[in-house]
Amino acid sequence: MRNRDLIIVGGGPAGLSAARVALEAGLSVTIIERANRLGGQLIKQTHKFFGSKEEYAKTRGIDIATILIHDLDEFSDQLEVLNEATVVGMYKDYVLTVYQGHDYFKYKAKAIIIATGASEKVLAFENNDLPGIYGAGAVQTLMNLYGVLPGQTVVMVGSGNIGLIVSYQMIQAGVKVKALLEASSHIGGYLVHASKLVRLGVPILTKTTVKRAIGTNKIQQIETVQLDENWNYIAGTETVIDCDALCISVGLTPLHQLLSMADIEMIYINELGGLIPKKNEHYETSMPRVYACGDVTGIEEASSAMVEGKIAGLMASRDLGRSHPNFETLEQEFKDQLQNLRQGPCGEKIRSGLTRAGEQL
Amino acid sequence: MIKRTGVPTKEQIQGKFHSLEQLTKPKAIIECYQEIPCNPCSTSCPVGAITIGEDINQIPIIDFDRCTGCGMCVYSCPGLAIMVASIKEDKAYFKVPHELLPRPSVGDIWSGVNRNGDIICDAIIERVMLNKNTDYTCVITASIPKTYLYDFVTVRCPL
Repeated sequence: MRNRDLIIVGGGPAGLSAARVALEAGLSVTIIERANRLGGQLIKQTHKFFGSKEEYAKTRGIDIATILIHDLDEFSDQLEVLNEATVVGMYKDYVLTVYQGHDYFKYKAKAIIIATGASEKVLAFENNDLPGIYGAGAVQTLMNLYGVLPGQTVVMVGSGNIGLIVSYQMIQAGVKVKALLEASSHIGGYLVHASKLVRLGVPILTKTTVKRAIGTNKIQQIETVQLDENWNYIAGTETVIDCDALCISVGLTPLHQLLSMADIEMIYINELGGLIPKKNEHYETSMPRVYACGDVTGIEEASSAMVEGKIAGLMASRDLGRSHPNFETLEQEFKDQLQNLRQGPCGEKIRSGLTRAGEQL
Repeated sequence: MIKRTGVPTKEQIQGKFHSLEQLTKPKAIIECYQEIPCNPCSTSCPVGAITIGEDINQIPIIDFDRCTGCGMCVYSCPGLAIMVASIKEDKAYFKVPHELLPRPSVGDIWSGVNRNGDIICDAIIERVMLNKNTDYTCVITASIPKTYLYDFVTVRCPL
């Protein structure tokens, strides 16, 4: 059994930001990361980020990852990082069980921050298991981390920011994006991202979805269909598009499993992507000294995940009796930042989801 | 309309050009039609010509009297939604962001493209700026016939 003050599960924007604050407060911290490097989804984000200076706006995601990782350098004597390690169990006595390679071991923490992020939702349609059908995140990993194209001619399903951004990145990589389908009557992501695509010649087809994929051993075509106000197929509107890959980007859902496993109180909030932990204003869940931050508490942007992580790090250290020297100032600063990020029309869904989850905004 | 197609209306576009008289000198045209949490245009402007304010969701407001057309906002905008425009005789000059390969060279004749992605005219490449500050985003200065002032949005490498 290894004992630590704080264990952070997940080394993405939320986890790294939490670590920095907790280390500043003097805690011994272990970050457990499933991938072979820290950074979470930031490491494949080649675009410049939105937000304000505090959230590294206009810096490319991959460079934000580097900044957040280097921010931990000065704390090497307090910090332990496990890469390629998966937390497979979390228990009520603050024990976490971990697989790393062929080793299986246990940690006991005084406090735990869950920053596991989210996974992609899938879409049900005929032949959706044909090779050549990818989640948008997978395409981004293939292209931006490993330099592998998903195909030559691709159709994207979903016009949220991920669908729009990954389409743009595919074009940058030399892929022909034939169309972007959106089941709703309007574009889901930021309009500036949509405009970028349209001027590159990508048609955005709203009220349209994929009905089936066609192909023998791999995808060769898709059949699209238009939808009415009740999201039912409109007969006779089927259109066939040739493509050798289909990319699905229909939303994310929080990776809540560890929290559920420890019997932490959860609540299903559609606007936030699914099952999320109930938490108080200190980002603490129903289990004392277990905090959650980032997409696992509701699907949002990396910018807010970073701020949430900082708050969780602040609260965890205080609750362990090691208050950050600038606790009061920072708490207010971080809460103001979050409010600023969420207060516009684009934050409406988040605000309504958090309100339904019983949180004070 | 733009929420369905990603393409602003002619009125929306013209609204962002303010006064044509001032376009004898280069001015930033900020095509931000949606309140999103973002403010690098404002914080990157060296002369304080772009205002967003405390609430970073506000739409940026540009002061043409202050704007020098330097183009720092062009590569700072994460949405690639800003260009710099000016008019000289029968030509319009634009600085636009470009994040694709190949990159053009000065003197090349590329295609001018509108917001629907259609080719509308020839675009003469006047200048290509790429440095540490632009962070891989190229800022291309192109000249086009003045008549396409409200239609032109970017350049495309001819096939």
